[in-house]
Amino acid sequence: MNWSAVWTIYTAEMTRFFRTFVQSFISPVISTSLYFVVFGTAIGSRIQEVEGVSYAAFIVPGLIMLSVMTQAISNASFGIYFPKFTGTIYELLSAPINFFEIVLGYVGAAATKALFIGLVILATASFFIDLQIAHPFAMVAFLLLTCLSFALFGFIIGIWAGNFEQLQLIPLLVLTPLIFLGGAFYSITMLPDIWQKLSLFNPVVYLISGFRWSFYGAADVPIGLSLLAIAGFTGACLLIIGWIFKSGYRLKP
Amino acid sequence: MAIVEINDLKKIYEGGFQALKGVTLEIGEGEILALLGPNGAGKTTLISVLCGLVSPTGGHARIGGYDIVANYREARQLVGLVPQEIALEPFTKVIDAVRFSRGLFGLKRDDAHIERILKQLSLWDKRNNRTMQLSGGMKRRVLIAKALAHEPRVLFLDEPTAGVDVELRRDMWETVAQLKADGVTIILTTHYIEEAEAIADRIGVINKGALLLVEDKTALMERMSSKELRISLRAPVQSVPEALAGYGLDLADDGETLVYTYDTKGEGTGITALLADLASAGLKLADLKTNQSSLEDIFVGLTTDKAEDAA
Ligand SMILES: Nc1ncnc2c1ncn2[C@@H]1O[C@H](COP(=O)(O)OP(=O)(O)OP(=O)(O)O)[C@@H](O)[C@H]1O
Ligand SMILES: [Mg+2]
Repeated sequence: MNWSAVWTIYTAEMTRFFRTFVQSFISPVISTSLYFVVFGTAIGSRIQEVEGVSYAAFIVPGLIMLSVMTQAISNASFGIYFPKFTGTIYELLSAPINFFEIVLGYVGAAATKALFIGLVILATASFFIDLQIAHPFAMVAFLLLTCLSFALFGFIIGIWAGNFEQLQLIPLLVLTPLIFLGGAFYSITMLPDIWQKLSLFNPVVYLISGFRWSFYGAADVPIGLSLLAIAGFTGACLLIIGWIFKSGYRLKP
Repeated sequence: MAIVEINDLKKIYEGGFQALKGVTLEIGEGEILALLGPNGAGKTTLISVLCGLVSPTGGHARIGGYDIVANYREARQLVGLVPQEIALEPFTKVIDAVRFSRGLFGLKRDDAHIERILKQLSLWDKRNNRTMQLSGGMKRRVLIAKALAHEPRVLFLDEPTAGVDVELRRDMWETVAQLKADGVTIILTTHYIEEAEAIADRIGVINKGALLLVEDKTALMERMSSKELRISLRAPVQSVPEALAGYGLDLADDGETLVYTYDTKGEGTGITALLADLASAGLKLADLKTNQSSLEDIFVGLTTDKAEDAA
């Protein structure tokens, strides 16, 4: 293992993140606060408790998941796409490193950034509501796994993308709807029967439900299924990454 | 001793285009090899395969004795690459970009070494500039600094002086000479014959994916420095007269022309003596003409004739 190279990539990526620190830090704080004002106070006051907690508290896990997933994907996909775009990828390919080390550097950095933003949102939320976390270990595990798996997924998108449109395509067209329909802002038990059944095909439902369970002990789907879903997603991403490694897909002519 | 050994290296790109048709070449430690060839000859492809940017389709290559595929880590550790196209992250500072390169090769941070390189390339004053704030020539030097950050023993320079002004070109040649003095083996590609003449020890000519010639520069220059004197006679002769046997003359044009080959770099050309002896042998001259074969001629001849033969 060339750990020095992994660390070099990781710190270079983190430097870019902290160069825009104010933006990286302030924007999640502002958007979270806005969500609380709009959903927690304005709309939430008209909504009864959901699954035994106030609506404002109910949306916290979903809100964190929403940000963590989109941030992990956009950071990882941009992180590896940018060198392809500028041509500096030549340096990665001609250095004594393998694909796994490249993945570790970029995905590690993207996951760290997403985790950081998730924690910032959690801290912001604690100003608005009285947060309770029923299963802290499970909470951390879910958070870490989500950061990691979505960063892996973002990395795959970044390798695949041939232009900036493609880079945005999947997050915009696939992910955002899945997250919003995944019960970030409601419990799927509030939906009509047919929509409840359809929701079970949405993998994000399992992640948000599991994450919310770690806060409040209540879940839309069994917690075992949630764990299986996140493990399965991580496994699938790793398999695809392994295949890219073997075939040199989109990296080497 | 050969530090780069290339054996029947082939590359067929996706879509079936064969960019390398079995290149075999050895490059000695500490030598400077210039690869000359027209656009699309396969120079960049050859370098890219050796550096790991492009997967070879066939053949083998070793650097420092390490196979570029099987032992890629050891092989690449020895190699620095300056690509043909300028590629830099625009917002990164010069010094960070160079440190990054060193880190990728698994080496500890060494500020003294980085300072030495940046000074040598006249980039020290610009070390805290973002790369997008540099001129084209400076950017190219940043690429060289990055390639030297891990103290490579073999340096590939893909058209280092393309789009570079005359002064900077001379600077670049000096840098190359300095690197050679430090024991670095250098393979560079160029379109400029003068450049190859100025800095290379050996010159290779590549066209359409095939290496047409690799020769010592001095040997090549010797071929170049030979000149022909063509002497047209008023009346044809059957054979070269006895009295002129010492000049190694050839007969051409059915005996109407005598061809004398001489070395412009020799001590004397022998022309005065030859003309005197011609007169005393009773030959009358109609005309005199001289021809020089330059590297350019050799180059053009090679890249057109052989390509046509192959077609
Ligand atoms: N990725 C690729 N896919 C398909 N064909 C390619 C690819 N890269 C290069 N080629 C083709 O291979 C041939 C050799 O290209 P190469 O870049 O090696 O030439 P070169 O000698 O470096 O030329 P130049 O002097 O213009 O830089 C060209 O015909 C080119 O079109
Ligand atoms: Mg080229």
